[in-house]
Amino acid sequence: MAIKMRGRKLAAHTVTCAVMGAAMSLVAHGAQAQNLNMAVGAPVTSLDPHYHQLSPNNAAAGMIFDRLINTDGDARMQPGLAESWRAIEPNVWEFRLRRGVTFHNGNPFTAEDVAFTFRRVPNVPNSPSSFAAFVRPITNVEIVDSHTLRITTQNPSPLLPQDMTNIFILDRETHENATTEQFNSGQVAIGTGPFRVVSHTMGDRIEFARNDSYFGTRPAWATVNYRMITNGGARTAALLSGDVDFIDQVPTPDLARVRADRRLAVSEKVGLRLIFLGLDHLREDASPFITDNNGQPLARNPLKDLRVRQALSIAIDRPAIASRVMEGSATPSAQFLPPGVFSHIPNYAPPAPDAARARALLAEAGFPEGFRITLHGPNNRYPNDGRIVQAVGQMWTRIGVRTTVEAQPWTTFVGRAGRQEFSAFLIGWGSNPEGSHPVRNILATANRDRGWGASNRGRYSNPEVDRRLEAALVEIDDARREAILQEAQRIALDDVGIIPIHIQTNIWAMRNTLQHEARADELTRAQDVRPR
Amino acid sequence: MTVYLLRRILQSLMVLLAMSVIVFVGVYAIGDPVEILISPDADQMERERAIAALGLDLPLWQQYLVFLQNALRGDLGRSFVFNELALQLILNRMPATLELAFGAMFLSVLIGLPLGLYAGLKPESIGSRVIMAGSILGFSLPTFWVGLMLIMVFAVQLGWLPSSGRGDTVEILGLQWSFLTANGWSHLAMPAFNLALFKISLVIRLTRSGVREAMLMDYVKFARAKGLSPTRVTFVHVFKNILIPVVTVVGLELGSTIAFSVVTETIFAWPGMGKLIIDSINVLDRPVIVAYLMVIVLMFITINLIVDILYSVLDPRVRLESKA
Amino acid sequence: MSDTTASPPVAAKEETPFRRFVSEFAANKVAVGGLLVFVIIALLAIFAPWIAPQNPYDLAQLDIMDGRLPPGEVGGSGITHWLGTDDQGRDMLSGIIYGLRISLIVGIGSAVIACLVGASLGLLAAYAGGRTDSFIMRLVDLQLSFPTILAALMILAFLGKGVFNVVIALVIVEWAYYARTVRGSALVERRREYIEAAQCLVLPTSRILFRHLFPNCLPPLIVIGTIQIARAIALEATLSFLGLGVPITEPSLGLLIANGFEYMLSGNYWISFYPGIALLITIVSINLMGDHLRDVLNPRLKK
Repeated sequence: MAIKMRGRKLAAHTVTCAVMGAAMSLVAHGAQAQNLNMAVGAPVTSLDPHYHQLSPNNAAAGMIFDRLINTDGDARMQPGLAESWRAIEPNVWEFRLRRGVTFHNGNPFTAEDVAFTFRRVPNVPNSPSSFAAFVRPITNVEIVDSHTLRITTQNPSPLLPQDMTNIFILDRETHENATTEQFNSGQVAIGTGPFRVVSHTMGDRIEFARNDSYFGTRPAWATVNYRMITNGGARTAALLSGDVDFIDQVPTPDLARVRADRRLAVSEKVGLRLIFLGLDHLREDASPFITDNNGQPLARNPLKDLRVRQALSIAIDRPAIASRVMEGSATPSAQFLPPGVFSHIPNYAPPAPDAARARALLAEAGFPEGFRITLHGPNNRYPNDGRIVQAVGQMWTRIGVRTTVEAQPWTTFVGRAGRQEFSAFLIGWGSNPEGSHPVRNILATANRDRGWGASNRGRYSNPEVDRRLEAALVEIDDARREAILQEAQRIALDDVGIIPIHIQTNIWAMRNTLQHEARADELTRAQDVRPR
Repeated sequence: MTVYLLRRILQSLMVLLAMSVIVFVGVYAIGDPVEILISPDADQMERERAIAALGLDLPLWQQYLVFLQNALRGDLGRSFVFNELALQLILNRMPATLELAFGAMFLSVLIGLPLGLYAGLKPESIGSRVIMAGSILGFSLPTFWVGLMLIMVFAVQLGWLPSSGRGDTVEILGLQWSFLTANGWSHLAMPAFNLALFKISLVIRLTRSGVREAMLMDYVKFARAKGLSPTRVTFVHVFKNILIPVVTVVGLELGSTIAFSVVTETIFAWPGMGKLIIDSINVLDRPVIVAYLMVIVLMFITINLIVDILYSVLDPRVRLESKA
Repeated sequence: MSDTTASPPVAAKEETPFRRFVSEFAANKVAVGGLLVFVIIALLAIFAPWIAPQNPYDLAQLDIMDGRLPPGEVGGSGITHWLGTDDQGRDMLSGIIYGLRISLIVGIGSAVIACLVGASLGLLAAYAGGRTDSFIMRLVDLQLSFPTILAALMILAFLGKGVFNVVIALVIVEWAYYARTVRGSALVERRREYIEAAQCLVLPTSRILFRHLFPNCLPPLIVIGTIQIARAIALEATLSFLGLGVPITEPSLGLLIANGFEYMLSGNYWISFYPGIALLITIVSINLMGDHLRDVLNPRLKK
């Protein structure tokens, strides 16, 4: 292993080993255990934690920086740079900050830094996807003392702590005029987190070193080589050949091999990403990709009929897709959130596949002979997306809805889906662990001024759902909010506003000498990996 | 000659201009970069902000004019994804790709030329038939398939070579190069061979057919009749004659190797321009796509110019044209 | 390869160039073998619907519960899958026979069209010279520097996915190779005495181009052409690998290989292996014919 390391790292290595002293020399693989080579599937595009809201960037930022509120593997809130927080009025939250925390360059962390961070977030130039929405509700930030903050919002804001789990805190002194380029070069990629940036080669690798003065659990690794290998087969091969110790996003076709290999171990956790089918709710008359069996356009959009939507849903054999196509790395689901997560609807299971009943429902709706439809989907976005689309196509065709399948790259797919060009399409949604997130974005009526339904690409609209969402967004009492959100979801899902298929399982693979705390939020971070 | 060069340069500028228009319209037709880059839970307001921040709220022709204005000042724009100067991004990635491409060209000539020569001189021998059959395999197998197979065999099964990535680098002229370290070579071997496979077959075939033709030419017959040694005939007379097609193709292929190393770079996680361009296409990072194509077109024009000049040097029958 | 030195057989009837060509071609057993194999493959492709045990394009005939069955297993519908099934439960034998069709259409179609377009433009460039030459050659520069994948993505965006669109994409990508090659040889040939002689006779330009210049530019064109058919088939496979090729429900050999390759590590080799063999046999047979064709057609080897 050591031969393959770069000179610089080797030097850092030697120093660490010397410091560790005699204790380490007892361990044969001492030197090896201090360095972690990991490979991730999605490239990190920037080290500026406020530049681009993107999972891989958030994962890398999560190693360098901290948030007021961190999240654990189950996506539950944990104290981060804030030790405690509470609503002192419906629209005022008080945060008590951790004392004695320093940035990598030795600067102390204070309330000033938080206030500065909130000011910087909406003002990062050229950001293709900013974090501004998380601080938009904030109308005033009051610095009570060096380690106490009061945040005032426009309306009662039960989601403010949730929003705070997305904002990485910077140092006012260091980052006052810092540019994204300076972050990317590693020059000002300075936070309070468990690792320091040693070097960054865009789109290739980031090298980290341990932050020895980290306030939390001391990371197990003196150095981390964080590589990006986008091709799934190549990533698995890198693990099998021992080039890397740890990979994320194990391709499901390789799972059988990885599980069978005694040198390797797998960690997994049911995620927060639902794969579902969106349907055209926009058009009353002909839908663009639906015709009768002779190829002639239909006068009305069959998808506007609840019975047709139900038929399409119960035609799908979800367990078959989960076991055959996903090879067990998915859980059939009828809702956005898995059990145990806030606002999951208890006892709301997906319908059992029933082709006979599906045909009966179609006949009731006036389509005894079925119709023809094209099901669109991406082919490079979600695990096995193209295969799931084909499998659904099989199942629909079997109930008389003759389905043509068209899978295309996400690049061309997402724009067309956003312009309501499709009749039915497969897409995914990664939720925050709070029901208002999917309801607001996917199920609520699209409305620019309220910022609702921005990803409601089928244009489902139901005033009953909207009314409940409105109430939930200002309900500060968690139990009441959860009940309202469960109701809102139940209404939309009973109405088959979308057709849920399954929730993905996040899978990592590693050498069997390592252990990993799997995360529901898909983030791959070195501090979650330890020697076994 | 000068007139000829000037004319070529002027024409090249037209090509560059045409290319930029095509890319602008093309990327516009493919999709909306903001749809791809933006976080899924961004609301409509945030989407509008992002569109404006990237300058995509203007009509396409205005966006193009802005681009032209900046391009005249040497600024090809900032990457939507990285927020870095697009040209800088590409130049930083260039050494990796150049290494790969030259490695592949080197291998293809090193392996292809002797094998082709042998197959051409002794077309009936078993060895030649094996070589020709092998060369057919060389361009029958899809690159991605060979690449993954190489990884399976040499990295996973045998453990001889690292499975992917680039090795240790040394800084020269402010750029990072890996071909000066042993570790760099071990990383370079498989991707270079993967990229070279097609070209080796090509060089074998071109050399073989060139040799076979040349052997029947009068001047070769005369040379033999004069009693010159077979070695001299082969390496002076025959060799010189077959160099034209080989030079043309190697020249052309060098360009396409650099431009199309996309697949190899993706499979071997090689941090070069090819990887950058496929990533950029996937997220419609237009400034990078445009800048990349500008660089590539310039490179092609230069290579073609050199090939044309070499033609006239190698074969006096071809004269560079300067008449209108 | 003995043909190159053998004198043409003494024909009782008048000897036409075509007859001579046929007899010379037939003299090489390997080439005839290649032709035979290719004819069988072509017949398989043409009569696919009557030969294949299953229609692999009809989703109603597939069942994911039959997915990844090893060769020889009997599926839920009672069909014996001699070459196994893929992840969707598609019979591999049927998939390969239908896939041959798509690959041949894509490979040969694009190569022939690109050759026609490219060769004509290359000849024109070499013969006309001046502005025409410059214009065409700069177009070639533009084309050769345009990444295949970007071109394919754009065409996909404009036209949507489909076999025909892949052919168009490949033609757009490949015509420039032919143009450049033909121009290169034509530049040399144009200076030769026989062209000057033809010009002195004031023969029409098109006649000089196609009857005199073109045949002498053929050998390199055929080298490139046979390579490009193989290359087009492989390129289509690569496009499929990148998610840009033919529709997933109508897989070509390349798409079958690309799709199956993901299951290679787990030991389901047949999904990728058998289409790979089919692809190899196809391309090798084309190239064996092409190799020999080149020798037969090369006027310079007939001394």
